[in-house]
Amino acid sequence: MSTPDQLIIFDNVSKFYGEILGVNRVNLQIAPGITSLVGPNGAGKSTLMNLMTGLLRPTRGSIKVLGIPTDHPERLFRKVGYCTQFDSFPRGVTGREFLNSFLLVHGFDRRRANELSQVALERVNLVDAADRKVAGYSKGMRQRIRLAQSIAHEPSVLILDEPLNGLDPMVRAETIALFRTLAAEGLHLIISSHILHEVDMMSDRVVLLNNGYIVAEGNIHGVRDEMEEHPMQILIRCDQPAKLAAYVFAQDHVVEARLHEDRRGLFVKTRDADRFYLMLNHAVAEGEVDVESIAPVDDDLSAVYQYLIGTTGGSA
Amino acid sequence: MSSAVDVVQTKAPANWSLWLRQIGAIFRLEIEKNFFSRRSLLIYLIAFLPLFPLFVLAFITPPGRQDFNQYSIVYALMYNAFILRTLVFFGSAWIFMNLFRAELVDRSLHYYFLSAVRREVLVVGKYISGLATSIILFTATTVIAMVLLYFPHFYSQSVRYFTEGKGLTQLLTYAGITVLACLGYGAFFLFIGLFVRNPIIPALLLYFWEWLNFLLPPLLKKISVIHYLNSLVPVPVSEGPFAVVAEPTPAYIAVPSMLVVTLLVLILAAYRIRHMEIRYGSD
Repeated sequence: MSTPDQLIIFDNVSKFYGEILGVNRVNLQIAPGITSLVGPNGAGKSTLMNLMTGLLRPTRGSIKVLGIPTDHPERLFRKVGYCTQFDSFPRGVTGREFLNSFLLVHGFDRRRANELSQVALERVNLVDAADRKVAGYSKGMRQRIRLAQSIAHEPSVLILDEPLNGLDPMVRAETIALFRTLAAEGLHLIISSHILHEVDMMSDRVVLLNNGYIVAEGNIHGVRDEMEEHPMQILIRCDQPAKLAAYVFAQDHVVEARLHEDRRGLFVKTRDADRFYLMLNHAVAEGEVDVESIAPVDDDLSAVYQYLIGTTGGSA
Repeated sequence: MSSAVDVVQTKAPANWSLWLRQIGAIFRLEIEKNFFSRRSLLIYLIAFLPLFPLFVLAFITPPGRQDFNQYSIVYALMYNAFILRTLVFFGSAWIFMNLFRAELVDRSLHYYFLSAVRREVLVVGKYISGLATSIILFTATTVIAMVLLYFPHFYSQSVRYFTEGKGLTQLLTYAGITVLACLGYGAFFLFIGLFVRNPIIPALLLYFWEWLNFLLPPLLKKISVIHYLNSLVPVPVSEGPFAVVAEPTPAYIAVPSMLVVTLLVLILAAYRIRHMEIRYGSD
């Protein structure tokens, strides 16, 4: 159980831009590990991130990051790094100067700032380009230098707004690996994304947002389990799918059973996956069918997203 | 990854050294921008353009034909009308308004806001950098203008005037007034650069208010920067037949008043920056 000093806590937070809703009545506790904020454009992901870093102030409610109120940047950013979506830089700086200058503003001495810059550049694989002007960087390099800037002061909370945008597949994989390493080191990582399969790959938890509201949160599979109104779909590969269909259809929690196109599998929709698996175990034990494999078909983020928000979320 | 900012994790007594270090870092960043960015070209133009006619006059006017005694009045007029009211005014406007406004336009202010630095410290660091820039440029103009006016025409008299007479005292006084003007106008322009999306309009309003100061009743005159600066000039300048005459404010009141008002404006600016949000779209 985490203490409040280990959590990021949103307490009934709302943010309005004039009359336009940013986020509304957000109650959220984020524990260490990788947490993804997912939602379509305008869902409130960036607003939530800007609120937890003090770039925005809540209209109502309060936010604490590891026990620190967000209106104390001098304390907050000793522990927090934020890689924003703003693709802009101070004019005329090289990558190394960019990192160094803001480490000096943090209060590090020049020697330590140089060391930290070098480590950050190495982590994002940008050492070779470090002494070139940022203005000449590609989009992916700019993304990485911003990532380096957010991790250079060794924060324990890292907030990343669409951090994989503009990265080629190779760098994308490296960056996801870096996130995993950072999470393994005990960091909080809060990542926003609309690329669902990436979120699925790297997140411990997801927070689904739509129109400024949190529509679901938690472990992706746990979120799926709680959605009783959307029966879970399971594909059972077996030797006698038709016989299994007759068998499962007698169960009250099974709402649909449909043969696979190749007639070597059965799609089952059930309101109670636990009872279904138990029933299937009995069927196998009684020799009714020989099951080759069982796989949930819609137990991924994309399906959850579609059920909850009514869109597919996007894939790139 | 550990939270390795040991150097920054200090309690109250040690914060001063941290703040000073942070102010130094901000100062160096801003000074570089003020002097060596593309934006700084305009400020060099503002600062040194008025010297060009003096430079030309120095060569085309034959030496010794003018009345040396009138030169202190000529310089006083030139200083008042061109250097103080125009050059220092608009130069300070450009330098100080851009301290925050330029970074809002460039969408890079958030990097400061995402650093472990008190926003008040940020205001102080930026203000001091603006102050250093404006003081270096405009006191240089003040001094060079005086030298260019006196020396080419009356070299030997000028040498005596500046070494034995009132010349040096006057020069230092004018330079001091320039410094005070940078302090006062600087704080004001920093402030409006934070509050107003288009700071040109309030800057022009202040410009006209300062120019019309000679027509204002004595009480209203005191709600201006130029009144206190004019009270300090070594050679008073006539403001014309329509001017409402008011007693100059003594230096021992004028200087502290300017400093107090500057401090108050800076406190307001710090309050504003403490509560400022980053929403580039609306800036």
